[in-house]
Amino acid sequence: MSSNDQKDIDDVTGTDTTGHTWDGIKELNNPLPRWWLWTFYITIFWGLAYSIAYPAWPMISGATAGLLGYSTRAEVAQDIARFEDANAEISAQLASADLNTLLENEDLARFATSAGGAVFRNNCSQCHGSGAAGAVGYPNLLDDDWLWGGDFDNIEYTIRHGIRNEEDWDARYSEMTAYDEIFSNEEVDQVVQYVRLISNQEHDAGLAAAGEELFLNNCAACHGDDGAGNRDLGAPNLTDAIWLYGGSVDALEETVRYARFGVMPPWGERLTEAEIKAVTAYVHQLGGGE
Amino acid sequence: MSDTPNTPAKGFLSKHAILERSPTLLLISSLLVVTVGGIVEIAPLFYLENTIEEVEGVRPYSPLELAGRDVYIREGCYVCHSQMIRPMRDEVERYGHYSLAAESMYDHPFQWGSKRTGPDLARVGGKYSDAWHLDHLIAPRSVVPESIMPGYAYLLDTPVNAEYTADLVSTHRFVGVPYTDEMIEVAAADVLAQADPNTEAYDDLLERYPGAQIRNFDGAPGVSEMDALIAYLQMLGTTVDFSTFTPDASR
Repeated sequence: MSSNDQKDIDDVTGTDTTGHTWDGIKELNNPLPRWWLWTFYITIFWGLAYSIAYPAWPMISGATAGLLGYSTRAEVAQDIARFEDANAEISAQLASADLNTLLENEDLARFATSAGGAVFRNNCSQCHGSGAAGAVGYPNLLDDDWLWGGDFDNIEYTIRHGIRNEEDWDARYSEMTAYDEIFSNEEVDQVVQYVRLISNQEHDAGLAAAGEELFLNNCAACHGDDGAGNRDLGAPNLTDAIWLYGGSVDALEETVRYARFGVMPPWGERLTEAEIKAVTAYVHQLGGGE
Repeated sequence: MSDTPNTPAKGFLSKHAILERSPTLLLISSLLVVTVGGIVEIAPLFYLENTIEEVEGVRPYSPLELAGRDVYIREGCYVCHSQMIRPMRDEVERYGHYSLAAESMYDHPFQWGSKRTGPDLARVGGKYSDAWHLDHLIAPRSVVPESIMPGYAYLLDTPVNAEYTADLVSTHRFVGVPYTDEMIEVAAADVLAQADPNTEAYDDLLERYPGAQIRNFDGAPGVSEMDALIAYLQMLGTTVDFSTFTPDASR
């Protein structure tokens, strides 16, 4: 049976056949449901309409811009502006605020602290830790011990210009001498033991006594005669129990021999004025602010 | 039952029988249909003026950065780190200005990535100190306790082999990066010079690769793969000055 002119109903299923036969096997004609087909046509139409409404078709020198004028870049700019506008007033207020009197304005202080927390977690936490407790070589910001000063102005300066970096000429700078080639091995031991003495740690009294003069002649210029440090030079206080690189004999020996050169990048270019003030306020209220 | 094929053969829509009966013809036609998709989607990218905008400051990688980039690819950093800040507010707030196509125009292959187990690195350059990168690459959890990144301390022990640097640079020229003959000639010297702050080639190096950072990145003598990787990380996203550049909104 091969005629197309009349329907060939399959006896078993009662369904029309397509007329195709293979070795006597017929193909039943089960067309797609109408609703399915129509959905398919609608998606084609939708695709065309979409490519007209939005940027799509490549032309000679550029792609069609689309009737709706959509642009990802414009959208993100708008989105950012929406939030900036919402915070514009308080941000401007913060940018021009004197941090020393910040606490008098409760709303501003609250805004600064929480905005500063966000800035801190994004930019500072990698070195200083998400809880600001620092790590070996990266200062703890929770305690009262400050290398360069812990009042608002000093914290702000450090954040803005950084420490010992090459990008900012106003960065805080000081450089400890490496005594590896200046001191003999014995002298290194003596100075290390003396530092152990003034920091109230277990020490060899004989070596420490011999180290005092070496300390006064070499180290005291920056660390002070009593070893209490000097913030103008970022020279740490050696008499407290707070160590940036460790107070063990090994750590102290490495410090004396090869010196340390901690670098902090400047943030003045990366952060806005309000963000710098905010993160300053945040760090200040962490516990050690002066 | 007839054993002759049945041809409905009514109108254009019924002509598919011709294709269905010849496998070769079907194959060729399918290929043509699929090719249309490729041509429409890919070919215009090569000639449309607005697919890559000219951006001032973007330059080819210096040999040391290129060596670091090879380490980055070899170690599979791209598996966990993307280098593509998408134009969305949250990403711009966190990572900085969204990435521009031009910023990866000298990347072969590009390192946009598709998965962020770690943070995006498109603008990591200058964000942290060299010492931090060193500590972090040696033992990530010594500085970021929450990190799940593996350590790469052995990069300190593997020296950069300058023998193949010229080949590496000329390969990149072969795929379209505009390195000059001079750059390739001195590439082997440049790869070592960039990690030496006292190098005699300081000014020449800066002239060839404006904005390149020249210093001993890992603080150890010699030029290790650690130097190369940190040099690469410290330049990521730093070539475009966004204080003077305003992206065209229509791109």
